[in-house]
Amino acid sequence: MKIIVIVALFTISAGAAIAAQMSVQVRNGKVRATPSQLGAVVATVEYGATIQAGALQKGWYPVTTTDGKKGWLHESALSKKAIAMRAVTTDVTTGVSSDEVALAGKGFNEQVEAKLKKDGKLDYTWVDQMAAFTVDVDQIIKFRSQGNLRGGI
Amino acid sequence: MNARHVLQITLVLCLLTATPFSGCATVSKVSTQIAKEAGVISADEAESINRGAKAVEKTWQDLTPEQEYYIGRAVAARVLQTYPPLDQPQANAYLNLLGQSLAIFSERPETHGGYRFLLLDSDEINAFAAPGGLILVTRGMLRCCENEDELAAVLAHEICHVEKKHGLSSIKQGRLTEAFTIIAAESAKQLGNEELASLTREFEASVGDVVMTLTTSGYSRKQERSADAAAVELLRRAGYPATAMITMLERMDERLTDAGGLGFAKTHPSARSRADALRTMITDTVSAPDAVRQQRFSAAIKPIVTGR
Repeated sequence: MKIIVIVALFTISAGAAIAAQMSVQVRNGKVRATPSQLGAVVATVEYGATIQAGALQKGWYPVTTTDGKKGWLHESALSKKAIAMRAVTTDVTTGVSSDEVALAGKGFNEQVEAKLKKDGKLDYTWVDQMAAFTVDVDQIIKFRSQGNLRGGI
Repeated sequence: MNARHVLQITLVLCLLTATPFSGCATVSKVSTQIAKEAGVISADEAESINRGAKAVEKTWQDLTPEQEYYIGRAVAARVLQTYPPLDQPQANAYLNLLGQSLAIFSERPETHGGYRFLLLDSDEINAFAAPGGLILVTRGMLRCCENEDELAAVLAHEICHVEKKHGLSSIKQGRLTEAFTIIAAESAKQLGNEELASLTREFEASVGDVVMTLTTSGYSRKQERSADAAAVELLRRAGYPATAMITMLERMDERLTDAGGLGFAKTHPSARSRADALRTMITDTVSAPDAVRQQRFSAAIKPIVTGR
């Protein structure tokens, strides 16, 4: 009996470690070929997208996207909670207030920002400009290599 | 006063005192269940009370990365009302290359919107880290840096404030309790006008708390020390000499003394005491700056800081 219980527990925990569904909690999640911020980007995943994640290894999850692409995502880009995207025209009504589900855009959100803009209280021109200051991985690799920076990730 | 009122008042009192007693929400849940079964309150009322209890328990640590992102955007917009941006594409591009190449070595390399950096047209010696990774650095602060390694030290310190969510931690709990209660009641629907107005008020007040900390009152000494210590580790992982942190702080100390204690001096522990504390962590010898790094730093930053 004991053995059956142990085997059953092992099977359950191994199953949980093999793949768990997680959600992308950043605006543009970058799935990388290797578990490194300098790894080539093999796919991008949007906020709220679900992804199959394996066991965490030194801050990185091996992941498979819904369209079957495999790679690595840093743990800071993922949430164990499901993220329900707010429908624009219809209300999402399925259990979104439970602790297991976070509703995207709930609380301090785009609607609040839009109200501040409309009321003329804040000017976001330069904040939006900052968002456009993107740097890609190739630029970082070149910058580090030219500057003789040798650090490990 | 009937039994229904007594029970409702008891539950409300329990909610009001829930923060110091972590088990109160559980007590509330059991109480609402009993009350519901006894027919004293309806299922909807019970659900509403339970949702409220959970909201009361939540703190700044429960803000989602998306909420942090919107708070950070508003904080940056507020800081930019006082400190205008420095519209210098080449210098801002260099600042972002340097900053974003450091942020990948952070313990939290991915935030909802990512790390971004911008120079401010101010001679005050200061730098601000808005939640979520929008980092603002004044021209006065650039003058404290003689090379890329020292500017990296400044940026690493600010990245570590973001990583540790020090800005969010300065939001007063009362505002968050209000906000989380509105959010809990919101259900899945779009906010009504009144709810949106209330939530926007709490949002503005929360943003105000963070801006006040960044520009006037400052983080706690403990938070500054922890950002310094984490920055040293970040610099080492990224391949920059940690000694740059000390040389930068020493120069800042000199400049701050000359400036009569404005800006950064107002919101940070003395640069001298920070450098002294770091000396116990950093025993490496100071090396000459790398020639390529020195050249690209000078090309991007010198035009900004000269002329004064």
